[in-house]
Amino acid sequence: MTRADITQEIAIHFKDEITGTVERSPDKVYFDIRAASLTKVAEYVFHKMKARFNTATAIDCRDHMEMLYHFMFDQEDLLVSFRFRLEKPDLVVESLAPLFEGANWCEREIHETMGINFNGHPDLRRLLLPEDWPDGVYPLRRDYQEWDKSAIRDRGV
Amino acid sequence: MSRTIVPIGPYHPLQDEPEFFSLTVEGEKVVDIDATIGYNHRGIEKISEMKTFDNSTFAVERICGICSTSHPFAYSRAVEDIAGARDLPPRAEYIRTIIAEGERIHSHLLWLGLAGHFLGYNTVFMWAWKLREEILDVMEILSGNRNNYAMFRPGGIRRDIKSEDIPGVLKKIDSIVPTLTMLQKAVTDDPVLRGRVEGVGILTKREAVDFCALGPTARASGVEIDVRKNSPYAAYDKVEWNMIVGKNGDVFDKVTCRILETFESIKIMKTCLETLPEGPIDLNLTNIPAGEGIGRHEAPRGESFHYVVSDGTNRPVRHRLRAPTFMNLPTYKATVIGEMISDAAIILAAIDPCYCCTEKMAVRDTKGRKLYGGDDLVRLSQEKSEKLKQKHNR
Amino acid sequence: MGIRFSALLKSPAVFHLSTGSCNNCDIEILDCLTPRFDIERFGMVLAGSIKHADVLLVTGAANRKCVPRIKRVYEQMPKPCLVVAIGECSLSRGMFIHSYNCPVPLDKVIPVDVYIPGCPPRPEAMISGIMKLIEKARAQAAAKDKKE
Repeated sequence: MTRADITQEIAIHFKDEITGTVERSPDKVYFDIRAASLTKVAEYVFHKMKARFNTATAIDCRDHMEMLYHFMFDQEDLLVSFRFRLEKPDLVVESLAPLFEGANWCEREIHETMGINFNGHPDLRRLLLPEDWPDGVYPLRRDYQEWDKSAIRDRGV
Repeated sequence: MSRTIVPIGPYHPLQDEPEFFSLTVEGEKVVDIDATIGYNHRGIEKISEMKTFDNSTFAVERICGICSTSHPFAYSRAVEDIAGARDLPPRAEYIRTIIAEGERIHSHLLWLGLAGHFLGYNTVFMWAWKLREEILDVMEILSGNRNNYAMFRPGGIRRDIKSEDIPGVLKKIDSIVPTLTMLQKAVTDDPVLRGRVEGVGILTKREAVDFCALGPTARASGVEIDVRKNSPYAAYDKVEWNMIVGKNGDVFDKVTCRILETFESIKIMKTCLETLPEGPIDLNLTNIPAGEGIGRHEAPRGESFHYVVSDGTNRPVRHRLRAPTFMNLPTYKATVIGEMISDAAIILAAIDPCYCCTEKMAVRDTKGRKLYGGDDLVRLSQEKSEKLKQKHNR
Repeated sequence: MGIRFSALLKSPAVFHLSTGSCNNCDIEILDCLTPRFDIERFGMVLAGSIKHADVLLVTGAANRKCVPRIKRVYEQMPKPCLVVAIGECSLSRGMFIHSYNCPVPLDKVIPVDVYIPGCPPRPEAMISGIMKLIEKARAQAAAKDKKE
């Protein structure tokens, strides 16, 4: 299969779900989809088209959140990224962990640093942050404030 | 954001809770395993938003000490992707390849030494690390430092290498090959070493695909992924080299994969040094436009992935990075369950977590009482080798 | 000086603790054991557990998860003991000073006797730093004995 075949297959199969396409360079394609279609798209791309799940990104854009899921077609050298918006305060999306194991730790990390909820994740506990980190404080958000009064932030010189 | 795993040294476990890997055993067999990580989380993704595009290369270099070049390499490629800079000067591409392969050689030799220590062969540890000093000398001649080379920047490289250094460097690299061949024969011909690692900790190809494993962990199971071959960049398509793919996915395949990859890296490094073209070393990118970019590089442990968003100012708005060990580490669920506890140390080390985390392990029986700590597991592993040695009458 | 202290100065048992570092400093510490740098010729040995250790080598930027265990390790160490902070991260957290997960510098958690800067410091620098510390401790103990 060539890169054009892959892009065309995705565009035709999901023509109702895809709302926009950007091809900034020959080996990277960005598709805009709706948040509700994520599981359908991911299952098709991972299981039927045999892509590899790379990682998931979340960006805090102040009034909404953007999420991207990156899938890689290794043999054809094509990186496909699916982007969708989540409106605050309703930050919920279906988890991909039941489909393949690779999404498990990615979602745990995004949950604790950005505060996005993943429905159906088997084990959504803390991965990187310590146990005594306060609930509801998400460090990677734009409005994160230092909550620790005993932290020392200058070198004292 | 740091993804590397606990750096507590290989000799000294901390005795108390919380454990890092906690295995549940029935008799001698492992039935369940869980991991706690986060001892190394320093918030580098957030720090990167405070730095400029040029400064960020120094910040991401300190994510991990062993694969410290792979992150600036992937990050520079991501920023070049935003700027649309596809054609770098050839001299910059070749020098990038040289530094990246030098790092791969030193990382694989480091891992070989630690694996030897876990199996009870301290001589392998001392020899592999003594060999590693030669490569660190080479990197010091080329870049000025043994570890954090600070050679990469978006658009090219920071400092040039002198052509009068190259003959001495080539001689030093050649001096590694005989000892490395001897170490390879020691692993493949010694029946005790083979007995310890063959058929142990098998990760099947289907499991490797399901966990989205990367690097030698996936290649040993037969999955043919390597960023340098699939999406050639820098000078990797201008040099003849082979991708090493295993068959069974056990620890023996992982060991052989890494040793053979070291030989390939030596070949790439020598060819690049011998055919280094003249010319400028930097594109001098001054203005990074608004947009997003993705950069990937094959680190010694797998593919490292950087995604950068820019809004036209001189700072990144969002810098997302994913180190390869983050995808490889969950494979312990598939490889350790069902194996003996004396093999747990070497199976977990074979994933090559960014430092050996295996000492932070604890073993509990099914009633939850703690039986062994981390260095007990290493000791069990070394004792098993002793028993095998006596069986073979050595 | 007591017999324990003079034994410490003659052949210190070294315990290495990492508190959230990038592992560069830890690798360089392990490098000190290898044939090229070989700290064993100075009488330094690696301690198997904290209860047998005289000198504590600390690397890393004092992660939140690690702060309680640094305190616990220091309490378990039999006194008299010496603490060496290795690398920029354990000096003042270096570039992680604004990190949300590294709240305090190391010397606010445990008392530190000698600081070895570098990112990472070369093995020669580490050996030199520890030797200087031992000389200083020996001189201080001799001065105290003379006063008594």
